[in-house]
Amino acid sequence: MNKVIASSVSKKFVMALAGLFLLTFLPVHLGINLMLLKADPEPFNSAAHFMATFPLIKVVEIILILAFLVHIFTGIVVQIQNWLARPLRYRSGNKSETSFFSRFMIWTGGAIFIFLIIHFTNFYFIKLGFIEGDAEDFYSVAYQLFAIPGYNIFYWICFIVLGFHLYHAFTSAFQTLGLNHRIWTPIVNFIAVFYAILIPAGFVSIPLIIWLFK
Amino acid sequence: MAKLDSKIPDGPLAEKWTRHQASVKLVNPANKKKLDIIVVGAGAAGASAAATLAELGYNLKVFVFQDSSRRAHSIASQGGINATKNYKNDADSDYRLFYDMIKGGDFRAREANVYRAAEVSNKIIDQYVAQGVPFAREYSGYLANRSFGGVQVSRTFYAQGQTGQQCTLAAYQALSRQIKAGKAKMFARRDMLDIVVIDGKARGIITRDLITGEIERHSAHAVVLATGGFGTVYYLSTLAVNSNGSAAFAAYKKGAFMANPSMAQIHPTSIPVLNEYQSKLTLMSESLRNDGRVWVPKQKGDKRPANEIKEEERDYYLERKYPAFGNLVPRDVASRAAKERCDEGYGVGETGLSVYLDFRDAINNQGKNAIKAKYGTLFDLYKKVTGINPYEEPMRIYPASHYTMGGLWVDYNLMTTIPGLYAIGEANFSDHGANRLGASSLMQCSGDGYFILPVTIGDYLADEIKTPRISTDTPEFDEAEKAVKEKLNKLMSVKGTQSPTSFHKRLGHILWTYSGMKRNEEGLTTALKEINELKEEFWRDVKVAGELNELNHELEKAARVADFLDLAKLIVMDALNRKESCGAHFREEYQTAEGEPKRDDENYSYVAAWEYTGEDSEPKLHKEELKFEYVTPVQRSYK
Amino acid sequence: MNITLKIWRQKNKEDKGKFVTYKLNNVSTEMTFLEMLDYLNEKLIKEDQDPVAFDSDCREGICGSCGLYINGRPNGPQKSVTTCQLSMSVFKDGDTITVEPWRSKAFPVIKDLVVDRTAFDKLIEAGGYISVNTGAAPEANSIPVKKHNADRAFEAGVCIGCGTCVAACKNASAMLFVSAKISQLALLPQGRVEAKERVRILVEKMDELGFGNCSNTGSCEAECPKDIKLVNIARLNREYYKAY
Repeated sequence: MNKVIASSVSKKFVMALAGLFLLTFLPVHLGINLMLLKADPEPFNSAAHFMATFPLIKVVEIILILAFLVHIFTGIVVQIQNWLARPLRYRSGNKSETSFFSRFMIWTGGAIFIFLIIHFTNFYFIKLGFIEGDAEDFYSVAYQLFAIPGYNIFYWICFIVLGFHLYHAFTSAFQTLGLNHRIWTPIVNFIAVFYAILIPAGFVSIPLIIWLFK
Repeated sequence: MAKLDSKIPDGPLAEKWTRHQASVKLVNPANKKKLDIIVVGAGAAGASAAATLAELGYNLKVFVFQDSSRRAHSIASQGGINATKNYKNDADSDYRLFYDMIKGGDFRAREANVYRAAEVSNKIIDQYVAQGVPFAREYSGYLANRSFGGVQVSRTFYAQGQTGQQCTLAAYQALSRQIKAGKAKMFARRDMLDIVVIDGKARGIITRDLITGEIERHSAHAVVLATGGFGTVYYLSTLAVNSNGSAAFAAYKKGAFMANPSMAQIHPTSIPVLNEYQSKLTLMSESLRNDGRVWVPKQKGDKRPANEIKEEERDYYLERKYPAFGNLVPRDVASRAAKERCDEGYGVGETGLSVYLDFRDAINNQGKNAIKAKYGTLFDLYKKVTGINPYEEPMRIYPASHYTMGGLWVDYNLMTTIPGLYAIGEANFSDHGANRLGASSLMQCSGDGYFILPVTIGDYLADEIKTPRISTDTPEFDEAEKAVKEKLNKLMSVKGTQSPTSFHKRLGHILWTYSGMKRNEEGLTTALKEINELKEEFWRDVKVAGELNELNHELEKAARVADFLDLAKLIVMDALNRKESCGAHFREEYQTAEGEPKRDDENYSYVAAWEYTGEDSEPKLHKEELKFEYVTPVQRSYK
Repeated sequence: MNITLKIWRQKNKEDKGKFVTYKLNNVSTEMTFLEMLDYLNEKLIKEDQDPVAFDSDCREGICGSCGLYINGRPNGPQKSVTTCQLSMSVFKDGDTITVEPWRSKAFPVIKDLVVDRTAFDKLIEAGGYISVNTGAAPEANSIPVKKHNADRAFEAGVCIGCGTCVAACKNASAMLFVSAKISQLALLPQGRVEAKERVRILVEKMDELGFGNCSNTGSCEAECPKDIKLVNIARLNREYYKAY
């Protein structure tokens, strides 16, 4: 049974499932973030409060954390194995036509991970009480952060990188799960483009709008 | 051995094989475990034989010079494989296939063997389908068929233009299964350099590990050669560049007779020679002649592009000369007709050495998609090699060396004149006479391997059950190994100035010129003289780069060319000896008024089996008279 | 035309290997890539140098023996060709062409450009077949096969085992090779009987042999000389989940 779990196909399966789950979380998070655009901090803060306290969300949250950990862990294991599969690299490079973003998944993934750490220190760990801070007014915390130009630039870059990651991830997950269909696959690929552009664009638009209009 | 005993069983033609199977000696399963068999070469014939023998319980040792048996040149067979299923309800039967092959071979093959080949053909299709060969199918889900040259029924099963690949891989997979089961052991990247004969029986082989250069000894109770044909003796051929005649020639030198070596098929539809650097010729399957029409311009030296030449200015010479069979005449006929047109100055292309194979009408009648479904892979292949799109312009084709009907002489049991040494597939001479019909090579290879050899070898091995494992520590092995090492050392020590390939090219040129599609006494005599001179020059001036004990392609080539030089001599001698025209062997002195081959059944209705008598003496000719009890040899006509 | 070749030279498995540069003049655009290497070798032999070792056999794109990594791509810049089918007409006078062997842990270099691909044979040995003994087959037409499935099986079955997919993949994954065999046999009713066991064994063997994991980059499909499609990999995945 160990061999089955550790097999290349299983690892990718787990990674794809976890990744797909993470994909469903992003629109929810974006929905809450969009409330930042309101002048009134109340809706955002209460949404954040709801997310922090509602029991069902608590359960989902644990699954989400697990999905992150599993996705990251399998991603790293798979990548190390892949490096080991070609100990001596080509000197003339790799000019094969590949899906461009697929080449950098470990690096875009790494960048997202760094963002997450910072993001967690700013919000999530405060909520959990690991770090001191006002867990009831993330609205203000967000505004304070968006007031820092450096943070903004970092934020934008991270989300562009996330878009790269998502684009390959979306289509790739379906392929890995064996969900391939003459009619549906092109549709999935089409949706992937939208998803990979709209989600990051949504996140990036918030500080942009705040900066431009507020 | 003074007399050739073909060991043809008694009884009516259609019952010979059944009776033989019922009467051969058997080896019980417990004893099979104690018997070792060596198979050299693992294409369609070798792999199917090795797999089947291993399934039966024998211990198999399989040797190939490639890195994997999946690369054997059977893989390049394109058009299809024949069987007498009669799925088309076109009155096909074992007898018809038998008759087509006997006639196609211009009455120079053994009746009993050919009938048996036809008889087992259906089981081969069953076997391949069960193994997962994705043959072409109709919308009903049932198997599709097409027609082939020299035949008026549709009995050819196919997988686009890659039938050989699919069948060979199926055999390779069956063999792989036995390797996993521990019943067969694969020795890849090994060149077989000699046969070891102990007390008159084949007991082993000497090989060279092509990576380390190590000379190895391997023993067994019987040895099977499935080493293919030697068409590469012509240098440019449709064969793989490493295909060679060395294993068969080693057997010949150890006492196996070589039969009809001059009977070499020149395939009519190869992509023509494009330049002087060319290392091989690419075949375009004969199946293309089902829908393609062969033509040349009616006007000599017409250099206009094909599409500008109007219908009435085209000479569909095959349809004109052979109205009954049209473009589907047998290969030898089609090749000679192409050569005749080109020699007369009607050839097309820069060199004038090619003719058109045109699909315009087929595409107009059936639609591009229908043609694509049948020949897609072949059209792509043609485009890759020539850069010309055959959907829009006709293909240019020319004959090329392709297949050797001749080979090691074998009896009905597929045993050579060395007891315990078998030859199967193209390596033997048995089923195709003086010309092979399309889609019958895969059939013969698979039949030999799956269904014939596994039965007949038991008859021999039944007497070997008390023979313990053969030791490799015997004087015969010592001697064979010593001879092999001496030959290799000799090649390395010449240290001349010319590469083995350059000699090969020159040899090929001599053979193509004097012993190709048309031959005559004078030319053949010249060839003999030139080959002797070339051989002398080779051993004086060949330059083999690299070392003995490493991967050394130059040494491999040199050893093969050395054998080709001797083999070429034998080919020419055989062609000289046969003072008649039959099938692919066309002696200009012996032709009908219409330029068709003229057989001499009175004097040449025999298999010429040559016995090696030593380096400096002439080979001795043995004749196996061909008796035709069921067919009457007639002048072959496809008109 | 005149070209410069940078060719990987490696005496044997243990040798570290290095690039050696050769100038080659009067190369014809009509040559195939391998004929150009033949031409180079003839020249090297004349100059008492060791010729470059490379594998090739059928030279018509069907045996899968050849296969070189040329200018950063397996089988060079032309699409859907094996190395033996690559024409020199795609290069220009003055070009520098870098030639490397396939590089992968599962395909160790034997000498120069020759690699050991027995890992592919080991995969087929592990279970890339239908376990039918000779003689046990029923009448061929007793099992109708949907034409669609037979055609798809053929398209997967045309794999020549050249190793281009592994060479092209940034992860040196053999998924396209394995999935082609899995697909061919899984699409046919004859092969379905053992489909579950086959996919389990083959994936396990593939991992054991040191190939990398598939990350759906698609380079295998882009480079495959026989145009074998990624849908086969999706099918392998599907078959694998079904097997448990």
